[in-house]
Amino acid sequence: MSSVAHTETAAWIVALRVARRKARLRLIAIMLGLVVTGVGLTLVTGPSMTTPSELLRILAGYDVPGASFSVRELRLPRAVLSIIAGMSFGLGGVIFQTLLRNPLASPDIIGISAGASAAAVFAIVVLGWDGSAVSILAVIAGMAVALLIYLLAWRDGVAGARLILVGIGLSAMLDSMIAYVLSRAPAWTMQDALRWLTGSVNGATLAEALPVLLSLTIFGGLLLARRDNLEAMRLGDDTAAALGVPLAREKLLAVMAAVGLIAVATAVSGPIAFVAFLSGPIAKRITGPGRSPLIAAALVGALLVLLGDYTGQHLLAGRYPVGVVTGALGAPYLIFLIIRSHRSGREA
Amino acid sequence: MTTLNVEALEAGYGSRTILTDLDLAVPSGAITAIVGANACGKSTLLRCLARLLRPTAGQVVLDGRSVRHIPTRDLARRLGLLPQSPIAPDGMTVADLVSYGRHPHQGMLSRWTQHDDRAVAAALEATRTADIADREVDQLSGGQRQRVWIAMALAQETDILLLDEPTTFLDIAHQVEILDLLVDLNQSRGTTIVMVLHDLNLAARYADHLVAIRCGRLHTAGSPESVLTERTVKEVFGVSCRVIPDPTSGKPMMLPLGRHRAGAGLSTEDTTS
Ligand SMILES: Nc1ncnc2c1ncn2[C@@H]1O[C@H](COP(=O)(O)OP(=O)(O)OP(=O)(O)O)[C@@H](O)[C@H]1O
Ligand SMILES: [Mg+2]
Repeated sequence: MSSVAHTETAAWIVALRVARRKARLRLIAIMLGLVVTGVGLTLVTGPSMTTPSELLRILAGYDVPGASFSVRELRLPRAVLSIIAGMSFGLGGVIFQTLLRNPLASPDIIGISAGASAAAVFAIVVLGWDGSAVSILAVIAGMAVALLIYLLAWRDGVAGARLILVGIGLSAMLDSMIAYVLSRAPAWTMQDALRWLTGSVNGATLAEALPVLLSLTIFGGLLLARRDNLEAMRLGDDTAAALGVPLAREKLLAVMAAVGLIAVATAVSGPIAFVAFLSGPIAKRITGPGRSPLIAAALVGALLVLLGDYTGQHLLAGRYPVGVVTGALGAPYLIFLIIRSHRSGREA
Repeated sequence: MTTLNVEALEAGYGSRTILTDLDLAVPSGAITAIVGANACGKSTLLRCLARLLRPTAGQVVLDGRSVRHIPTRDLARRLGLLPQSPIAPDGMTVADLVSYGRHPHQGMLSRWTQHDDRAVAAALEATRTADIADREVDQLSGGQRQRVWIAMALAQETDILLLDEPTTFLDIAHQVEILDLLVDLNQSRGTTIVMVLHDLNLAARYADHLVAIRCGRLHTAGSPESVLTERTVKEVFGVSCRVIPDPTSGKPMMLPLGRHRAGAGLSTEDTTS
């Protein structure tokens, strides 16, 4: 096994790697193009359409009577929040799915989003809080749910059917708690209920989007920086440990960062239904074999929220918050996965 | 030369103790095969050696230092482990999987280098998996997959390599090929090899040192001739057998005697005395 030999094979694996990296970069460029298109659509569409030239002038800081306000104060924050919340959900979701090696183990299925959402509703409606205090409570609640599921599902190891079932049960309980708290609120509306149960970017402001951007930068950066360890953990605990991954620390960091992403976004937009659940599998399907598609999943998340919101606002008869649209997309896939895992006799 | 020793090891899962008072000196630069009945604790022992399981008493000592005090990545550069049933994640190619063997050699400061590529290539070629490097691991046959996992462990380039049943799933040709490969590795790089094997005859043929475990305790350790005896097989596996010298290698070879079809005039009683 001298180091001079094997050059041909080495050259081949280098070529394979380079080809794949190129293909992935191309895909990411395409997705970025789609995101820009989605933002453009969101910015120009309204009761009266804004022309692209008007839009450019508004974005350059000029005033266009009748359009500046809608674009700057309504549509731009909406598009910004859609992107960063979508990215947070997509990335948080794919981390959970990768770590637990199960597409059903996404935070919005196993109750972590519902926990964050319930805490946010409680903080806003009962305690009268707002701003980052709500986010912090949502993160704590998300962590608490994660811990609770972990403890309840302990006996199974972690990725088994028990975890999913316990999570789904907890999620349902938390949803009914949200409905209860809202029903006791003095002036609750259908809009509020929908936001906290399925998620919405209605009435977004840039100030609201700021904590989400911060969490995306910090937690997302942390996850990307630790990506190699995360990848090695896909091989199972024993193999990963034998490859030198300090499992306990890396798992804890990854789960905390993912919960942070999900919870902070949820505290602002509500638990936008199934975005965390769908982004990873879609990204994987698009990118093919290789490392888990973290960046692609984040971009798919952004696209789902942007385009889902556009669809709900402008393409359907009547106006629906984005969570209703993504919910309708995700439900069939959830049913498909449950049936498949049941049939193949694999653990769900 | 690296040394690996087990001192008064006791280990288990939860409150259940599996290994008791186990002492073992793994001969450096040699091939050791661990044999024993199902569930006797062979995998548990390997997991302790690789520090995947913390002993409840005693210790594992690598080069005079308890493995508990060696940083995880350092340990992974010196000691590799192929678990008994590793998980092949979906959507990963053979080249990807084998590249993970380089994980312990990467770090904040050391990036992926040409040497890493060559190590991966060498491992692929040694296991004859280079031609399937672009295939997805979860679409391979059990035997192909097993060779890919071994390639990953080889790419790790450790002084000590622990393999838990590396030849399960393999047909006889590939079993022999893998064992020959391990001997090559042992002879060319001086890699210390510790493997769990179920085939006693292959174990006796290929290993320099045999370790028989019974119910979590060390039963016998030593040369194949001293371990593979009719008495040890009876005590460790509860099976009567005849042991004869292998006509080609001269190593001991055992022929199990079941209750049926053991041949005329040979009853189990004849052989246990
Ligand atoms: N993760 C675990 N948790 C609890 N008990 C375990 C675990 N792994 C193994 N055991 C138990 O420890 C005992 C020894 O198992 P081990 O895997 O070490 O056996 P083995 O000798 O490798 O068997 P085999 O030849 O079947 O692979 C068995 O009784 C098994 O049930
Ligand atoms: Mg075993």
